[in-house]
Amino acid sequence: MAVVEQAPSHAERSWLERVPPVYWILGIMLLIMPAIAGDFILYQIFGWGFILGIISLSLMFLAGYGGMVSLVQMTVAGCAGYMVAIFGTSAIDHISLGWPWYLAIPLAIAVAVLFGTLAGWLAVRTEGIYTIMITLAIASAFFYFTRQNYVIFNGFSGFNGVLPPQLFGVDWRQPAAFYYLVLFWSVLAYCSVLYLSRAPFGLALQGTRDNARRMAALGYNVVAHRVAAYAFAALLAAVGGILLTWQSAQISPGSAGIGPVIDILVIAVIGGTRHPVGPFIGALVYVVLKTFALDALVAIGMSGERFQLLIGIGFLVIVFWSPDGILGLWDRWQRARARDPLLDRGGGSP
Amino acid sequence: MRGFARRHPVWTVILVVLAAVLLWLAFAVWPKWLIALIGKKKVFLNAVFNGITLGGLYFLVASGFTLIFGLMRNVNLAHGSLYLLGGYVGFEVAALTGQWILAFPVAFVVVGLLGMLLQYFVFRRMEGEDLRQTLVTIGISIVLADLMLWVWGGDFYNVGAPEWLNGPLTTFFVTAVKSSGDPVYMKYPLVRIVIFLASVVVGVGIWLLLNRTRIGMLIRAGVDDRDMLSATGVRIQTVFLGVFAFGAGLAGVAGVVGGTFQSIAPGEDIRFLLASLVVVIVGGMGSIPGAAVGALLIGLAEQLGSVYAPTYSVVLTFLIMVLVLAFRPQGLMGRA
Repeated sequence: MAVVEQAPSHAERSWLERVPPVYWILGIMLLIMPAIAGDFILYQIFGWGFILGIISLSLMFLAGYGGMVSLVQMTVAGCAGYMVAIFGTSAIDHISLGWPWYLAIPLAIAVAVLFGTLAGWLAVRTEGIYTIMITLAIASAFFYFTRQNYVIFNGFSGFNGVLPPQLFGVDWRQPAAFYYLVLFWSVLAYCSVLYLSRAPFGLALQGTRDNARRMAALGYNVVAHRVAAYAFAALLAAVGGILLTWQSAQISPGSAGIGPVIDILVIAVIGGTRHPVGPFIGALVYVVLKTFALDALVAIGMSGERFQLLIGIGFLVIVFWSPDGILGLWDRWQRARARDPLLDRGGGSP
Repeated sequence: MRGFARRHPVWTVILVVLAAVLLWLAFAVWPKWLIALIGKKKVFLNAVFNGITLGGLYFLVASGFTLIFGLMRNVNLAHGSLYLLGGYVGFEVAALTGQWILAFPVAFVVVGLLGMLLQYFVFRRMEGEDLRQTLVTIGISIVLADLMLWVWGGDFYNVGAPEWLNGPLTTFFVTAVKSSGDPVYMKYPLVRIVIFLASVVVGVGIWLLLNRTRIGMLIRAGVDDRDMLSATGVRIQTVFLGVFAFGAGLAGVAGVVGGTFQSIAPGEDIRFLLASLVVVIVGGMGSIPGAAVGALLIGLAEQLGSVYAPTYSVVLTFLIMVLVLAFRPQGLMGRA
C-alpha cells in the first residue's frame, strides 16, 4: 500500500486502465474470432483447446503454486462429466436420473469437488514424487472401476447424448455459442487463478511449496492449505470436465483413462507451469498437433498413427531442455535478446 | 518374528487367526452351509491359487521397480513399458528358436541393456531432480509404447510354454467328496505353479543378494545414505548402473512370464505399471519384503474380488491402498 500512497497518479487509474495492452489485443481477437474462423476451428480447435486448458490449469495451479504434481485432475473432470450424465439427461435413460440442469450441474460439481478433495487429502499425506504415484494410482483405479461397473457408470460404453441445456433459447452446441461458453469459463478460470495466486491464500500456498517446515513454524496449517488447493483445483477441473462432456456429447471410461490423464500433464508441462497462461498455450499446441499431425505425418511419408510418438518426443525435448515449457523458452529468448552484445545494451532491461 | 509379536500383540493374534482360517478353508472339506454361503470350494481355491500366482508375477515386476526407487529415488514410470518390451522380446526369441527357456535370459539382457542406456544417457544427467526424472520417464513410456505399437501392432501375443509344462497338475487339495466317498483333488495348470516357484526363487535370491553379499551391502548403504557411500570411495554411478540394469532386466523377465500366463498387448504396460505402483505403495517403497507382501495382497484381492464381487474388484484393491495410506503412509514394510 505504501507504494500506492507515494504515487497517487497510479492509484487514480481505474482497474480497467491497469489491464496490460496485450490483454486488450488478445481479448478483442478472441471475441471476434467467430467472425474470422470457421466452425471446425471454433469448435474443434478453440473449444477443445480451451477446455483442455481449463483442466490443465487446475494441474498448473497445484504444480506451479503448490508444488504438487497431481495426475488426478483429469479424473476429477471425468467424474464431473459422469455425474452430469447420471444426474442430468443422456441417451442411457435407465441410469440417468433426468434432473433439471440447475440441480444436476451444481450437484455434479459438488460431487467432483468432494472427490478431488478426498484424493488430495490422501495425496498430501505424502510429498514430491510420491504424490505422482498415488494420484496416478487413484486415476487408474477410477478408470478401471468405471470400465467394469455397469450399475452406475454403464461400463465400457459409458454415456452418450449428454447435451448442454437449452438456456436462454440458445443451442449451446452450436459452434459460436459453444465457443463463447467455453471462452467465458476459460477467462473466469484464468482470472480466478491469477487472483488467487496474489491473494493471501495463494501466497501462503507458494510459501508451503518453497519451504513447508518454515511455513508450519510460522503458524500456517500446511496440510489445510494443500487440501484447500486441491479443492479449488477440483472446482476448475469439474467445470472443464462438464464442458468436455458437452463438447463430445459423451463420456466413457476412455475419456478419463490413463492416456488423457498423462495428456493433461503433457499439456501443462509443454505450456509451462509458472504462469496460468501456460496451460492454455500448451493445450492449443496439443490440439493443433493432434488435429493436423495426421496430415503432416502422412505428408512426410509416415503413418498418421505415429501421433503419440511425436507428442512423446516433443514432451521429452521440452522436459530435457526447457523445464518451464514454452513459457520458459519465451523467457529465455527475451533474456537473450536483452543481452545482445552487438547493440551494446549490456544487461539492461529491454 | 518374536519382536513383532511383542510389539503388536493384537495384530499378531489377528494375523494368526486369519492364517488359521485360511488353512482351514484350504484343507477342510467344506460343510454344506459354507457352500450355500459363498459357493463351491473349487472356485474359492482356484481364485486363491490364481491370486497367489498373480502375486508372484506382480512381485517380479514390482521388485525391480522398488529396487530402482529405493536406491535412486527414481520413480520409473516407464517400468511398465520395460515389462511389455520384455514380453515382446521373449515372444520373438521363443518363436525363433523354439526354446521357451531361452526367452528369459535374452529378455533379461536386452531389457537390462536398455535400462543401462536410460540410466547412463538420461537419468544420470538429472540426478537429484526427482520430478524431472519422473516426467522424463513418462515421456519415455509414451515413446516406447508407440514404438512397440509400431513394431508389433495391436495384436495379442502369447509366449508358448513347452510341452512338458502344459497340462494340469493334480494337487493334494481336496475340493469335494464324491457320493462314493472318493475325494476329488484339485487340478491346477502346472506352468503357473512352476512360474510361481520361480518367482519365489528370484525373491529369495534378491534377498540373499542384498543381505549376504558385498554388492548387496553397497546397495543397502546407498539406500540409506548415498552421499556418504560415494564419499567412502565407492563408484556410486557403477552401482546405480548395475541396479538399474538389474531392475529393468527383472521387468523384462516378468514380461516373458506375463506373456506365458496371460498375454501381451498394448495397454498391458499401463496395467502392470499401475499394479507395481499399488504394490509398492502398499508394501513400502524401496523394500523387497514389502514388495512381496504387497504383491501377494494385491494379487489375492484382485482375484478373490473378481470372483466374489465382479464389478467392484478394483475398488477392493484401491481400498487396500487407501487404508494403508491412511494408517501407515510409509507402507506396510516401509521405514518411516
